[in-house]
Amino acid sequence: MPVEAFLSLRNITKAFPGVVANDRVTLEVRPGEVHALLGENGAGKTTLMSILYGIYQPDAGEILLRGRPVRIRSPRDAIVHGIGMVPQHFLLVRRHTVAENIALGLAGTPPLFPARQVQRRVEELGERYGLAVDPRAPIWSLSVSEQQRVEILKALLRGAEILILDEPTSVLTPQEALNLFAVLRRMKQEGHAVIFITHKLDEVMAVADRVTVLRKGRLVDTVPVARTDKRALTRMMVGRDVEVRLQKTPRVPEGEALSVEDVWARSDRGLPALRGVSFTVRRGEILGMAGVAGNGQREQVEVLTGLRRTERGRVRVLNRDMTNHSARQVFEAGVAHIPEERVRMGIVPAMTVAENLVLRRYRYPPFCRGQLLDLEEISAFARRLIAEYEIATPTPRTPARSLSGGNIQRLILAREFSGGPGLIIAAHPTSGLDVSATEQIHALLLQRREEGAGVLLVSEDLDEVLALSDRIAVIFGGEIMGIVPAAEANREGIGLMMTGQRP
Amino acid sequence: MMRVGPFEIERRPDPPLTWILGVSLLAILAAMAMSGVIFWSYGVDPLRAYGVIIRGTLFNAKALPEVVRFAIPMLLAGVGLVLAFRALFWNIGAEGQILAGATAATWVALFSPVPDALKLPMMFIAGFVGGALWGFIPALLKLRLAVNDVISTLMMNYIALYLVSWLVHGPWKGPEMRGFAFTNEFPPAAQIPLIAGTRIHWITLVLGIALALGVAFVLARTRLGFEIRVQGESSDAARYAGIDPMRTTLLVMLFAGGAAGLAGVGEVGGIHHRLLDPNQISLGFGYAAIIVAWLARGSPVAAILTSLFLGFIFTSGDVMKVALQMPARVTDVFNGLILFWLIGSERLLFYRVRWAPGRAVREPLPVGGAGADPGPPGISGGDQ
Ligand SMILES: Nc1ncnc2c1ncn2[C@@H]1O[C@H](COP(=O)(O)OP(=O)(O)O)[C@@H](O)[C@H]1O
Ligand SMILES: [Mg+2]
Repeated sequence: MPVEAFLSLRNITKAFPGVVANDRVTLEVRPGEVHALLGENGAGKTTLMSILYGIYQPDAGEILLRGRPVRIRSPRDAIVHGIGMVPQHFLLVRRHTVAENIALGLAGTPPLFPARQVQRRVEELGERYGLAVDPRAPIWSLSVSEQQRVEILKALLRGAEILILDEPTSVLTPQEALNLFAVLRRMKQEGHAVIFITHKLDEVMAVADRVTVLRKGRLVDTVPVARTDKRALTRMMVGRDVEVRLQKTPRVPEGEALSVEDVWARSDRGLPALRGVSFTVRRGEILGMAGVAGNGQREQVEVLTGLRRTERGRVRVLNRDMTNHSARQVFEAGVAHIPEERVRMGIVPAMTVAENLVLRRYRYPPFCRGQLLDLEEISAFARRLIAEYEIATPTPRTPARSLSGGNIQRLILAREFSGGPGLIIAAHPTSGLDVSATEQIHALLLQRREEGAGVLLVSEDLDEVLALSDRIAVIFGGEIMGIVPAAEANREGIGLMMTGQRP
Repeated sequence: MMRVGPFEIERRPDPPLTWILGVSLLAILAAMAMSGVIFWSYGVDPLRAYGVIIRGTLFNAKALPEVVRFAIPMLLAGVGLVLAFRALFWNIGAEGQILAGATAATWVALFSPVPDALKLPMMFIAGFVGGALWGFIPALLKLRLAVNDVISTLMMNYIALYLVSWLVHGPWKGPEMRGFAFTNEFPPAAQIPLIAGTRIHWITLVLGIALALGVAFVLARTRLGFEIRVQGESSDAARYAGIDPMRTTLLVMLFAGGAAGLAGVGEVGGIHHRLLDPNQISLGFGYAAIIVAWLARGSPVAAILTSLFLGFIFTSGDVMKVALQMPARVTDVFNGLILFWLIGSERLLFYRVRWAPGRAVREPLPVGGAGADPGPPGISGGDQ
């Protein structure tokens, strides 16, 4: 006899222009369970939860709470119904304290000094759920995982019985993720229901009671975690078996592709972001750089690609000094750059696919003669790359912004690899991409390594770093905590370094 | 996407041409409707007024060439602004650049030892340089000191205005002008020839059309044009591609200022034959050129058409004065209203409203009082 559903979503359908994000999805959540919502990027997980939280209205379908139909028109409605959500991007006022943030907009707080009363309750709840955080600390002084705790506390204090967490572990180190799982188990014991969005199988196995799998907006199935395994879940998620281990042939690295010596740099806000970073990447080698977001990775990539000044130290690329050279000079020296901000920096959305494919090379023959662009040459080149890299675009003249994320990334890789670079700086090359695009991009990176390019792979996805790299460097607080050969690396050791402990 | 009652509103980044034209037309109609109130307050029936204006300008052999005459300065300045706006430089300073060009041309016409045969070419060159310099200064201020371009170009207008004013009241005041604040009349060699029976100084007109076509070509077919487009569409991508924003912005502003300077040459060399009060040299052409560029939506060739439209509005000012006994300055109000509606309708361009009642949500009963006060749809975290 099944436990009565606490919350049911029935046949929820939601379409966006050109895509049905949710297609008759049904989901039941019981009290006291951690319910994982599993699916690839773009499967419709966030959309479904946004409907439940009142951010979007469904095109069709209904929501039942304790068996009664409800209409959730806004997040405020959702909270009244006891539904809380920890968004992927936190909504906190950085200058205010934890208690002030929690008191903001909380019903029943006194108009004067609202934070006072909240402080006590924050401490109480923190104790009960293992969510320790100082209510008097300003938000800016907290780590990302502490900020996440604040968001959880915020939802609990508003009386959330159902808590939705959207990819909560993407900003956490492995250890922090384990702590979070402990919190979720506490909440479960207290009778809360938790909906936990993820695309990582290990996390489902570790913490969830039941799992619902979405694929391309459709419900695949809901199964108890105890009666499934990673292999079966993968097949449900992707629709086929996936080769988990990449084909990486052993390869003896050759000469030096990149050498970074005691590099110091500041962030946009003028704070020290890199503090004496040193490492080398050899040709035919992938050096993975792991670390929690915001520990200097962005600045590191920018320094290497001519987009940020080095205050001190040397950068040598393919045996030439490239310290503080311009982006153009770095490119001309044979460096490919796959930027983190795919759409903002990697392409010009309003310009055509063909124009984007020559974004780096429009000024060199054969794409121009003197000042004149050779449009014939450009379009022939574009057609060749579109075919070679399987970029799905109606025509070379289509604006790049109408491509999907995976195809935008294929466009960027096609452009960056077409010149046969000796060094590749890849920043989060597969974040937000679906499995097939991810596979293709991994294969392309490995192929370049095979052909003798050095690759610096900066990624927050530890699995990706472990699978692709020959060696792994861990960055924390703008310093390299250690560099280990991938063969000797394990998640725990790397996780420790990600929190700032040297091996 | 958002739903309002039975309507769906969705974004579309590439509106079709017909929609752009439709929205622009709607903006103009809205401006006409609002200026109708002004006609009405003067005791003139707005419908009759528009009838008189259209007959008096478009169906009048004397007035029609005036449309072209007014279009010339706005075409030149407008083409420059199209380019500046494409590079995201908010040049509000075409007015000052026109005056700077007029001043430089006047110096060549009256005070330089240039031989007669070279007078006109030198006036155009000097006018271009004068305007370019006036555009160059704010560009440099923006790039070097991050001074806001809207404010600096606007302020440069006042500097030009008072400079011209001072010149015609002071050092350049013409001894032959019996106390008027004019310079002397230009010698015949410094007067731009007109098409007989009109005030169309055709050399300037040809220059304007040539520049419009030239800019279209540069944008589409040259490296510099490619760089300007990348810079204007995404400054991050430009940085990534190693495009020097200094170089593109300076070149763009030299050209934009120079083109406006040519407009100034045309006004003093073709119409007035002297430097005079700044408000008489340019009847706000530099500001009207902003509308020309905005209506042209980034297309230099379209600026030929939109400048003619603005030329029509300026001509209609004369008709209003003569046939309707209304101040010609009402056209300024009308221009202001068009710009207001155009900018206001900008959002509308990129959204589509669809009638889609079939997909409406079946409405279950709201529970408790919560449903009574719906927050705005599509806005997350409204409760935070
Ligand atoms: N606001 C939106 N407008 C248009 N399309 C959207 C919007 N939000 C999501 N989508 C599309 O809906 C699909 C599902 O997205 P999402 O729910 O974010 O997936 P997930 O969270 O599983 O990665 C994707 O194809 C995405 O591009
Ligand atoms: Mg998501």
